[in-house]
Amino acid sequence: MFSVEFQAYGYFAVTVFMTVALYAYIYHLYKNRKDADGHDYEEYSNMALHDGIEDTPVNSLPKDDKK
Amino acid sequence: MENRPLEYDYTVAKMFMLTTIALGIVGMLIGVILAFELAFPGINTILGSGLAEFTNFSRLRPLHTDSVIFGFTVSGIFATWYYVGQRVLKVSMAESSLLMFLGKLQFWLYVITVAAVVVSLLAGETTSKEYAEFEWPIDIAIVVVWVLFGVNMFGLIGLRREKSLYISVWYYIATFLGIAMLYLFNNMEVPTWLATSAAGETHIGDWFHSVSMYAGTNDALVQWWYGHNAVAFGFTVPIVAMIYYFLPKESGQAIYSYKLSLLSFWGLMFVYLWAGGHHLLYSTVPDWVQTMGSIFSVVLILPSWGSAINMLLTMKGEWQQVAASPLIKFMVLGSTFYMFSTLEGPIQAIKSVNAIAHFTDWIVGHVHDGVLGWVGFMIMAALYHMAPRVFKREIYSKSLMASQFWIQTLGVVLYFTSMWIAGITQGMMWRAHDEFGNLAYSFIDTVTVLHPYYAIRGVGGLLYLTGFLMFAYNIYKTMTAGKRLDSEPANASPMGA
Ligand code: HEM
Ligand code: HEM
Repeated sequence: MFSVEFQAYGYFAVTVFMTVALYAYIYHLYKNRKDADGHDYEEYSNMALHDGIEDTPVNSLPKDDKK
Repeated sequence: MENRPLEYDYTVAKMFMLTTIALGIVGMLIGVILAFELAFPGINTILGSGLAEFTNFSRLRPLHTDSVIFGFTVSGIFATWYYVGQRVLKVSMAESSLLMFLGKLQFWLYVITVAAVVVSLLAGETTSKEYAEFEWPIDIAIVVVWVLFGVNMFGLIGLRREKSLYISVWYYIATFLGIAMLYLFNNMEVPTWLATSAAGETHIGDWFHSVSMYAGTNDALVQWWYGHNAVAFGFTVPIVAMIYYFLPKESGQAIYSYKLSLLSFWGLMFVYLWAGGHHLLYSTVPDWVQTMGSIFSVVLILPSWGSAINMLLTMKGEWQQVAASPLIKFMVLGSTFYMFSTLEGPIQAIKSVNAIAHFTDWIVGHVHDGVLGWVGFMIMAALYHMAPRVFKREIYSKSLMASQFWIQTLGVVLYFTSMWIAGITQGMMWRAHDEFGNLAYSFIDTVTVLHPYYAIRGVGGLLYLTGFLMFAYNIYKTMTAGKRLDSEPANASPMGA
């Protein structure tokens, strides 16, 4: 019986942990609004629309094009 | 290099578009044959009893599932990756001859592997694990193809100009990692060439034959951890990758909420892996695994609907586009079917519902509203969007596409409604008993009652196949006879009448 009880506590703890982690992530996204590179997350939402090879990247990586 | 402006190079994408269509036709044709075999068993021996070995249901069934999954769907994943990958990373395959070579190598090896699969399955060589029927030499070839895919993916990412990875790229990476892990663990097998069988089963001792390394309940657990996540990383994750690129691009609308897309991504990744237990309810696996499977299945509605609603909201205020473009119709209905099957799945995962649904046609109905309405529609829409850019020609016919849409939608509806009725009828009849506990019906009673629904499913499948042939024809004509375009269309794909 010990193991069943242990399962129940474990289960409860994991559920609480996951719920907290999920809400913390949501809070983090909406609070900071920007990612580590300083871009608002929503700036990425039109990346599919500016996907030509000559379009300016949202966040460029310098690349020496050998011609 | 001469002084030409840099362009994206779609050589490898085109090759995989071809296999997507060819293997789609093969797989769906076999599906239709299977459906009619269930309705009219005489078809099992249609070519005479001498050839019955090759035409019966059990020989053809794995050929259907494997050609639509590893043929049609996986080719679609490759084709769209070699298109979308370059574009959102802003790097051309033409910039690296190594990646180009590896891409082509991947394609040809894939074609050889597919041929080996078709021959071996037709010959009845199988490890007898659903969706993992291939013998070990083929498994090794599949691993090599997949590794080449990964090298290409990370190679392209390494060369990119755009530092930030667009959400679709996250989903493609997850597809690669997920399938790699699942496939390796589930296909751990022991070749039988040193063994003999007292019972004299066929093929024990053949060099190419192998048996699973796991046994009994463990085998079932690993198999459905794999099976369920094959749905996750084959039918969900890469298809979400596609819709996040193709719907915004085709409609010219930015994603409704990028934050929601990130949240749904991590939610899906975390929750999916624990839900496989729902395939093993009331079996010998530990009770807590079953309960966990049920609970995670219900939680899975959230991240699934997160992506789907995000896509529908992307079209907010733009519904005239849905009315006007059959291409957008495919995607909007696709994400609606995605919501539908991810609501149906969790319901079936509830233990008391599963007691009725398991082993019945309701499951088959669930499978096909997902794969036909969501996976099939989305892959076709992606190829339609790619065609004018890849072939630099207008899509051959809009009216043909519109008729195809309605024919296939009707096909899907006939397929899943008939299977719901058949499945629930079947489940109820199996359980029915009198006051003394004697079963009220024998198995053959259910078979008789289900006949009309099986026939309807066959017709639904035939309509879907007809639509798919219209799609193939439309793409073929686009390639050969569509009006030439001087510049790449920005959003809505140009279509002839
Ligand atoms: C929230 C998402 C989903 C959940 C919780 C879910 C749940 C389930 C359940 C409970 C079963 C039946 C297990 C049984 O009794 O045999 C099942 C079977 C299946 N589902 Fe789903 N489903 C989901 C989404 C999808 C989607 C989107 C697809 C395909 C596009 C799909 C494809 C399948 C397949 C292929 C099987 C049959 C596996 C087999 O028995 O061979 N599912 N699913
Ligand atoms: C023309 C359309 C199609 C028809 C008529 C069709 C028909 C069938 C039939 C008759 C079965 C066997 C069901 C049974 O054993 O009772 C089946 C199984 C299956 N089909 Fe299809 N199919 C079609 C398209 C597809 C597509 C496009 C996919 C995937 C992309 C797909 C995936 C599957 C899977 C995963 C199973 C196994 C389901 C399970 O074990 O529960 N089918 N199909």
